[in-house]
Amino acid sequence: MTGSTRASASPARKAPGRRRFEWLRRLWALSTGRFGLIVVAVVVLSALIARFWTPFDPRQVEISDRWALPGLPHLLGTDGSGRDILSLLMAGSRTTVIVAVGAGVIATVLGVALAALGALTARWMRESVAVFVDILIAFPVLIIAMMISAVWGGSLAVVIWSVGIGFGVNIARVTRPELRRVLHSDFVLAGRASGLSPLHNLWRHLLPNVAPVFIVQLSWGMAVAVLAEAGLSYLGFGAPVTEPSWGLLLAELQQYITVYPLSVLWPGLAITFTVLGLNLLGDALREATDPTLSRGRDPLHPPRGAIRHVPEVVA
Amino acid sequence: MIRYALTRLSLLLLGLLVASVLIFLTLRVLPGDIAQLIAGTNSTAEQVEAIRERLGLNQPLPAQYLEWIGGVFRGDLGSSLLTGSSVTSELAEKSQVTVPLGILSLTIALLFSLPLGVLSAMRRGRRAGTALSVGAQALAAVPVVWAGMMLVVVFAVWLGWLPAQGFPRAGWQDPAAAFRSLLLPALTIGIVEGAMLMRFVRSATMQAVGQDYVRTAAAKGLTRNTALIRHGLPNVGLSVITVLGLQVAGIIVGAVVIEQLFSLPGIGRMLVADVSARDLPKVQGELLVLTGFVLVVGFVVDLVHRVIDPRQREAT
Repeated sequence: MTGSTRASASPARKAPGRRRFEWLRRLWALSTGRFGLIVVAVVVLSALIARFWTPFDPRQVEISDRWALPGLPHLLGTDGSGRDILSLLMAGSRTTVIVAVGAGVIATVLGVALAALGALTARWMRESVAVFVDILIAFPVLIIAMMISAVWGGSLAVVIWSVGIGFGVNIARVTRPELRRVLHSDFVLAGRASGLSPLHNLWRHLLPNVAPVFIVQLSWGMAVAVLAEAGLSYLGFGAPVTEPSWGLLLAELQQYITVYPLSVLWPGLAITFTVLGLNLLGDALREATDPTLSRGRDPLHPPRGAIRHVPEVVA
Repeated sequence: MIRYALTRLSLLLLGLLVASVLIFLTLRVLPGDIAQLIAGTNSTAEQVEAIRERLGLNQPLPAQYLEWIGGVFRGDLGSSLLTGSSVTSELAEKSQVTVPLGILSLTIALLFSLPLGVLSAMRRGRRAGTALSVGAQALAAVPVVWAGMMLVVVFAVWLGWLPAQGFPRAGWQDPAAAFRSLLLPALTIGIVEGAMLMRFVRSATMQAVGQDYVRTAAAKGLTRNTALIRHGLPNVGLSVITVLGLQVAGIIVGAVVIEQLFSLPGIGRMLVADVSARDLPKVQGELLVLTGFVLVVGFVVDLVHRVIDPRQREAT
């Protein structure tokens, strides 16, 4: 890890091509990062593939073939109406990816906006935004989702918005102090002195420097989104029953759990692995982008504790 | 201390105010007319008007809000649209299931996460430590519903030790049966929440190991473990208290899902049913109680932390 300090001390864009992806190499060097990248790649790939092809039609009901055990041709077996579980999982991964990305985008926009408002504006504004964020953080994602579903009824959009809002607030809370810290650093001052407008300065110097903190949060937030989708769909406030979704699959298989416990294993494993992958990816990103974290070999400087500010997970 | 408590109290009150306004406004922005929705499509204009009158919907929003909050202060959280029953009394009834479930879950979570978290930090880099921390990571990624299903398969279906679903009709009149039916749900929430807590305990312990006072104690002749236990653990305990508020929020959320899975007649299951039925006045009351509870727990946790931690006490 020599040289890492310099490379990430200024993740500024001035560095030519190879340097720019230095963090990716470091990420791959960590076993957790490798695991996270692979899991995310598998889920995204299967979502893309499922758009065009699945081993069987996930909606195809085949009563003669119900409750087939794992094997050929149904690799993971079939459910109570003879639908191929692997195909259902692949189709469901699309829903998962859509929710995770959608919630991520909303959380990013909201989080950066609130953090910027809470860090860069006049004092009274800063303080009131900070207090507001502290209050909002007490709303668990599930409660937000219930609030929205009570009015508009459940849908995937509800899941995306509620996780986006819940996690955006969280990102704002973690990013704001970071933004304040960077604000007082010399290069931002230099930027201001050389006549950059505040917005330009924000874009050019502030955001790139808080980006690591924020990307890590985003990775954890997407893990929450996957869990929330499953939990809310299970409760009936998420994906409509016509849509393939891991949480819905869990709910459907639950009725037969006493007779066919094996089938419920697969969607659960899919969710667990995706969430684990995103969580570990977040951990690894933190380790790869934060030069102040020691690698833990030195007994006098054990790795700094991972105190995570994750809002309460739904399910 | 007094000053801190007062500042924190005003923050709590502000939080409750913001939360109640948010809940109120969100449930009032319904596209269309609540009264029309309740009356149904083939109702006369008079019927709709009567419902509007009864719910006070023809008053301006601030007046409606004040009326609702005034009721809350008198202990009246409104009444159900569908059955007309009082939200307060229903919450009181359902909390007989949810409160014991929450306490049991928290106890289970603490009982296994504290020792295992400390152990996994002390055995860091060795096989036991790695296994424990990998296990905690994996368990924290498990969706609560699925964890519950797996536990049902093992303990109810295969071993047949505990009931898979339901709560005795007699309630706490039959304490043994009631306790037995809460055990599996509480175990589910406790394990998943405990796994998250365990990761926190682990990192807090690791932080403590690196502190100067632990090294000093070790340098004065204590073994590394004794030094850690005597001087490090009190600090670990302090940081655990700070996340207890989050844990409680997590348990509430877990209870909503788990009560559904185990068909327990608790607050969570009632909330899910009311949201599905769009019983807005009832949902409004329930959400206020839940978020209010989370805010109050956060307040209490902050105060307790302040009282226990001697450094914080001297700071003010």
